[in-house]
Amino acid sequence: MRKLKLFALPYILWMVVFTVLPMFLIVYYAFTNAPGNSAPTLEHFFKAIDPMYMKILLRSIWIAFLCTALCLLLGYPVAFLLARARNGAVWSLFFILPMWMNFLLRTYAWMSILENTGILNSLFVAMGLGQMELLYNENAVILGMVYNFLPFMILPIYTNLQKQDVSLLEAAQDLGCNGWRVFTRVTLPLSMPGVVSGITMVFMPAVTTFAISRLLSGGKFMLFGDIIEQQYLSTGNWNVGSMLSLIMLAIILLSMGLMGRFGSDTKDGGGML
Amino acid sequence: MRRNHKALHLISRLYMVAVLVFLYAPILVMMVLSFNEGKSRGNFTGFSLKWYGELFQNAEIMQALSNTLIIAVISSLVATVVGTFAAYGISQMNRRSQGLVMNISYLPVINPDIVTGVSLMLLFIFMRMNLGFATMLISHIVFNIPYVILSVMPRIKQMDRHLLEAAMDLGLPPLRAFLKVVLPDIMPGVISGMIMAFTLSIDDFVISFFTTSGVQNLSIYIYSSARRGIEPTVYAIMTLMFVTVVSLLLLINRKSLGRTVAKRTRI
Repeated sequence: MRKLKLFALPYILWMVVFTVLPMFLIVYYAFTNAPGNSAPTLEHFFKAIDPMYMKILLRSIWIAFLCTALCLLLGYPVAFLLARARNGAVWSLFFILPMWMNFLLRTYAWMSILENTGILNSLFVAMGLGQMELLYNENAVILGMVYNFLPFMILPIYTNLQKQDVSLLEAAQDLGCNGWRVFTRVTLPLSMPGVVSGITMVFMPAVTTFAISRLLSGGKFMLFGDIIEQQYLSTGNWNVGSMLSLIMLAIILLSMGLMGRFGSDTKDGGGML
Repeated sequence: MRRNHKALHLISRLYMVAVLVFLYAPILVMMVLSFNEGKSRGNFTGFSLKWYGELFQNAEIMQALSNTLIIAVISSLVATVVGTFAAYGISQMNRRSQGLVMNISYLPVINPDIVTGVSLMLLFIFMRMNLGFATMLISHIVFNIPYVILSVMPRIKQMDRHLLEAAMDLGLPPLRAFLKVVLPDIMPGVISGMIMAFTLSIDDFVISFFTTSGVQNLSIYIYSSARRGIEPTVYAIMTLMFVTVVSLLLLINRKSLGRTVAKRTRI
């Protein structure tokens, strides 16, 4: 059995160079005046917790939360129906397919649907509803995010549901559970690992995306990603940029920790089988 | 009771269709606009193929397209092989080192793309590598591997771990035992991991943006041309790519459809 562990060796070497070392560099830049001066300093931290930045951070988290909740609400039924469908594997492809188009372009296409002279508004006008302000606001950004990240929620839940042991469901039914109870007592708890990885895959990109928000909000409001990008590419302050990246990462790790606990609880629960 | 069932069936059908409409509306818009004679993205003025003609004469787009495809193919293949073996190796570790390795593996997933991009940029500069094609390729492998592991791991956890032991007890060397016994069982996870890696690579903008300079992929091209106002030539290339993908999938599916039918009848 020991030899089997070696399967992971090439990856672990790779991981040290391309995952651990870059993170170390970020930390290094955040706490020193690198590359010039390697003496430790906290000045970038105090610059980074400026109330203006924190307000933007809170807004980013709130929008990402809404987006994740919507993806879960929309995506779980899709995954469930796919897993129960006769040709679920084939149908699931149709839900992944849109990801094969560039997300910037898909987002841009939404602009032509939502804009004042766009398709939806032409429809509304034709129906006598009048023109509505659909683009360049928070709702447009959330819509764009849900659109872009929905497949990331569907796929892991579907993979999990599809692998579930049908005999467990039958056993629950034989023991007198109705359809709804089978779902809430068996299917749903067993699918938690899929749900957790779905939430992970949606929340993380949603909380930091800057391209989607920039296109759909028309640059009207900034998200946290915008500030980090700004520090690196326009302001040119890599040290503050690194500190802001660390703050973002800390918050994400915190929520991950919560979710990880949630995930492993259900795993232990499933272990009684 | 039966009527109830039928209603439920109908509602689920409608729901799936609604979600599909939501997912495909922008793509449809893009396809229609690629045949639009005018440049406007709001309304359709007339049918024309001129954007397709211009597409193939545009060296910049062609170069960006080939960069995108080459990087997506290489990075997803490398990530799938490395990630699948890694996932199995990790599953054989004790609880503590497994937790450690998995947590580090999650980093590129939970890391905001910007942070991954920026940190890799710092690394390449630290290693005195010139930002370009190679650095972009490496970066794509970096962010692809964890998604393969994430997709394969649940399959490994769900499979019977005694199978491999049995195969090895019967004299198969570890690698062959893995390929013969484990791989077929986890194949759906491996394939969905590879598909995900490929799509992520094609879709990536942020990490590529930070880890290359001068060399463009399609995302970077679109982003930089968005400032000038998107050209319908880009819609045209996306339409072509989409049609290619759909026909490929249809081809593959005819085969897998046959296989599912065969499996069903055997049961």
